[in-house]
Amino acid sequence: MDPKTLRYTKTHEWVAVDGDVATVGVSRFAADLLNDITFVGLPATGKAVSAGKDCGAIETVKSANDLYSPVDGEISAANHEVATNPGLIQEDPYGQGWLFKVKMSPGASLGHLLDAAAYEEHCANEAH
Amino acid sequence: MKTIATELLNELSRKGRRCHHVPASDVEADHGLPASALSAAPPALPEVGEIDLIRHFVNLSTRNMAIDTSFYPLGSCTMKYNPKRHERLAGLPGLAGVHPLQPDDSCQGMLQIMYEMQQFLCEISGLPACSLQPAAGAQGELTALYVAAAYFRHRKQTHKSRVLVPDSAHGTNPASAALAGFEAVTVKSGPDGLVDVNDLASKLDDKTAVFMITNPNTLGLFESRIVEIAKRVHDVGGLVYLDGANMNAILGLTRPGDFGADMQHYNVHKTFTGPHGGGGPGSGPITVRDFLEPFLPSPMVVKDGDRYRLDSDRPLSIGRVRGYFGTIGILLRGWFYIRTLGAAGLREVSEVAVLNANYLREKVKDIYAVPYGDRCLHEFVASAKKLRAEKKISAMEVAKRLLDFGFHAPTVYFPLVVPEALMMEPTETESKETLDQFAEVLRTIAGEDAAFLKEAPHTTAISRPDEVKAAKEPILHWKR
Amino acid sequence: MAYTLLTPADRQEMLKAVGASSVEQLLDQIPADIRLGRPLALPAGLCEQDLTELTAKLAAKNCSADSHVCFLGGGAYDHFIPAVVDAIASRGEYYTAYTPYQAEASQGTLQVGFEFQSLICELTGLDVANASLYDGASAVAEAVLMARALTDRPGKVVIAGSVHPEYRATLATYLTNLSTELVTVPVPSGVVDPAEIRKHVDANTSAVVVQHPNFFGCLEDVEQIAAATKAAGALFVAVFDPISLGVLKRPGDYGADIAVAEGQGLGVPLGFGGPYLGILACRQEYVRKIPGRIVGQTTDRRGKRCWVLTLQTREQHIRRDKATSNICTNQALLALRASVYLTALGPAGLRETADLCARKAHYAAAQLAKIPGVKLAYDKPFFKEFVVRVPGDPAKLLADLRADGFLAGLQIGAHDIAVAVTEKRSKDEIDRLAAAWARRAAR
Repeated sequence: MDPKTLRYTKTHEWVAVDGDVATVGVSRFAADLLNDITFVGLPATGKAVSAGKDCGAIETVKSANDLYSPVDGEISAANHEVATNPGLIQEDPYGQGWLFKVKMSPGASLGHLLDAAAYEEHCANEAH
Repeated sequence: MKTIATELLNELSRKGRRCHHVPASDVEADHGLPASALSAAPPALPEVGEIDLIRHFVNLSTRNMAIDTSFYPLGSCTMKYNPKRHERLAGLPGLAGVHPLQPDDSCQGMLQIMYEMQQFLCEISGLPACSLQPAAGAQGELTALYVAAAYFRHRKQTHKSRVLVPDSAHGTNPASAALAGFEAVTVKSGPDGLVDVNDLASKLDDKTAVFMITNPNTLGLFESRIVEIAKRVHDVGGLVYLDGANMNAILGLTRPGDFGADMQHYNVHKTFTGPHGGGGPGSGPITVRDFLEPFLPSPMVVKDGDRYRLDSDRPLSIGRVRGYFGTIGILLRGWFYIRTLGAAGLREVSEVAVLNANYLREKVKDIYAVPYGDRCLHEFVASAKKLRAEKKISAMEVAKRLLDFGFHAPTVYFPLVVPEALMMEPTETESKETLDQFAEVLRTIAGEDAAFLKEAPHTTAISRPDEVKAAKEPILHWKR
Repeated sequence: MAYTLLTPADRQEMLKAVGASSVEQLLDQIPADIRLGRPLALPAGLCEQDLTELTAKLAAKNCSADSHVCFLGGGAYDHFIPAVVDAIASRGEYYTAYTPYQAEASQGTLQVGFEFQSLICELTGLDVANASLYDGASAVAEAVLMARALTDRPGKVVIAGSVHPEYRATLATYLTNLSTELVTVPVPSGVVDPAEIRKHVDANTSAVVVQHPNFFGCLEDVEQIAAATKAAGALFVAVFDPISLGVLKRPGDYGADIAVAEGQGLGVPLGFGGPYLGILACRQEYVRKIPGRIVGQTTDRRGKRCWVLTLQTREQHIRRDKATSNICTNQALLALRASVYLTALGPAGLRETADLCARKAHYAAAQLAKIPGVKLAYDKPFFKEFVVRVPGDPAKLLADLRADGFLAGLQIGAHDIAVAVTEKRSKDEIDRLAAAWARRAAR
């Protein structure tokens, strides 16, 4: 995936939309903040999710970082490679480190998502 | 020569070896159990002899630091001396052997002690009703929030759905709020380290059920605007909950009930020196205002004439939060302590705890700056920020290196509002010499080589453990 | 005074160092208008000898399992405690330490926690155990909260009426504010009917809670109940008596998903109800929803095996309002006692102890049933406790028997008495109880 073409949440998930399926991962910015990931909790296939609600977590020894679904819908796939090898999130956040796919509900809104430039600005603000 | 056993019990086990022997049966009766319910063999517990068992657990014990071995200035934990007389007295057969379901008239001595303990805790907090039931501080918080929920439900104020919690609060506060069915809302601290009254005011509304506050707070500072804070919470119909973790600073000096709290818990294992037991048992009794008394857990001890009894006829009570009556063993030790010290002794506890903390603060603050407050109460939070910036020595390194000198580390990286936090609570039971030595060691460490400190501790039973590995590939019990 | 050490000279020097003229000056951050302007109204302090005398006097007013022959159970039992348990648990290195925040200086406490978890896994036949909870009652509540989160079925919990009433009451309190319905299945015949469980469990039920042996001492049909629970997609929370597992099948072997217990019987004194020991074990796949502390094995920088607190992201200090529980402490000292106890007994000792309890309980039941008017309330297999129905007022009878030197049992309802018999009760004691009972009942 080319990070420039993706959309983002303020909670640092990236989203790639293909038809009615949204693929979700975490951004490089977020991946770099997570040292030594110990556990990735992914939503089960078939689980109903709604935009902005937590549906999983990435954990380090002393932190638990919730994952939020960027869109409404139902989980259609989860990347179990990442669950067994969390290092993929840091190595390749936009590729092999993807986390889950959501089959979007009809009419699910994408309007709240940021484009790459707006997200970059959001990160710059958060870093200060 | 091997002097320290670190093998696990299962590794020491040898088939057929025994420690305890059970008497032969003296009754002519079958066990009466149906074959379908029976196991083929008992659980494969370790098989060791008595001397194996004793050496194993004794050698393991020497791998602990404890109050009995070391100065233990663990902030917010009040690691004071645990008097030996308490152990002997709590073990008296007439106390340790009392069954929890004995009728009241067969345990009047026990009930009298518990009744008096209720009275003592009420007097010390300035709140008139007490439940001794909660098993630990966190359960005390939860119980008080259950009481608050029941109170609002009784008044048909079901819109009271929010619990406000300062950002510097212990994690149990929001966790208890969620478990009691409330939404936890965070209130910011101001630049002075105290509750930001403006932020609090902006979050107070009709939905506010409870504001939880720790006073003195986790920085060891007294919330000087507490009366105003309480009034504001009361003005929106909310209740003020005092997290009593830091009661050691204010015994006989000021009382939560007098500064506006409606409910509070005690940590008897801290303030009244029930020993900490390696992380428990605790005991977390709560005291509340009179209008909340009907909602307290059942049973409570009441006195009719000169008789004591457990009263369970409490129709508005939230019910139980645990089995039986409470953590009696710790409550007994609290009673022994209060009876030993009396009013004057308890006040001296707080005065000396405050003097010791201020003295230690003064001795280290030029190297370990104390960003909040000019003076402290029973504890203070110093920062290794300067050391970190100048010499790459973090609070963690200081903490680990202290262990080499035979001192337990302070609480580190809490509260979060202080970078590189070292939270020190010396308690009243330490001497000036100990504080001088500790301060001296802290100064020595600041002058040590950073690379050397990164490898500290150097003399403890183990060096730094790999916590990432422990969490990533959890091994949670012995495997064959 | 009692435990402070500063001499007047120390005080002067320390005050000088902090630039204060008096301790009072250090306290001026407490606003004057809320200072307590009087001494606390508490009794005057006592020296050790006086306190010892006073305490001994109060202790002497109590009956106890020491002064009386104890047949009282109801979840707390007078089992024999080998001397090694007290010898180890009274070491200051254990009981005056705190939570093992600094693993390097707490390997004793941590390794004991790991040993305890290993012993509990072996005892229950389940994959993981935590480092302990407050007590049996709160362990039931925590197990149900865990099942509620795991199944994502907040609606309903089903519990057998034969579960300890205080455990049920505690669970009810925990569920009151969480909009979860608690359905209690009536148990008129001493054990729960699996068909009744099947009737109440639905697609919105997170957990079925059954105690085995149950509050009346009877054995439940746990295999049937496990099957019914599993079929409905709920989790089976089994409440067990640790001593019983010397002879009975283990929760993991009969299909429990989560097993909890009151661990008092494992070397913990009766102590009027606490501190006791909450035990919780479960299947591997539920490990991330376990409440409370867990110790894990790892290695240090030199490659040595060692132990740390682990999987802490479940806990309140990290997850705050999203934690699996609000619990912060464990019952470390009681887990130590239980670990020493189980090790001292070993497999043979645990089996013999359980076997003795069952034999003596059956002997006692037979002796009491011979008394005219007295009969067993339930015609069901039992372990170490059983319920008898008596013709008169149980309270009066129990008071009379106390005067004869017995804590003879626990009154249940208007006509029943539960009698518990541990391995400590001799034939002679049981015979004397039966004789006294017959004498009192005949009056």
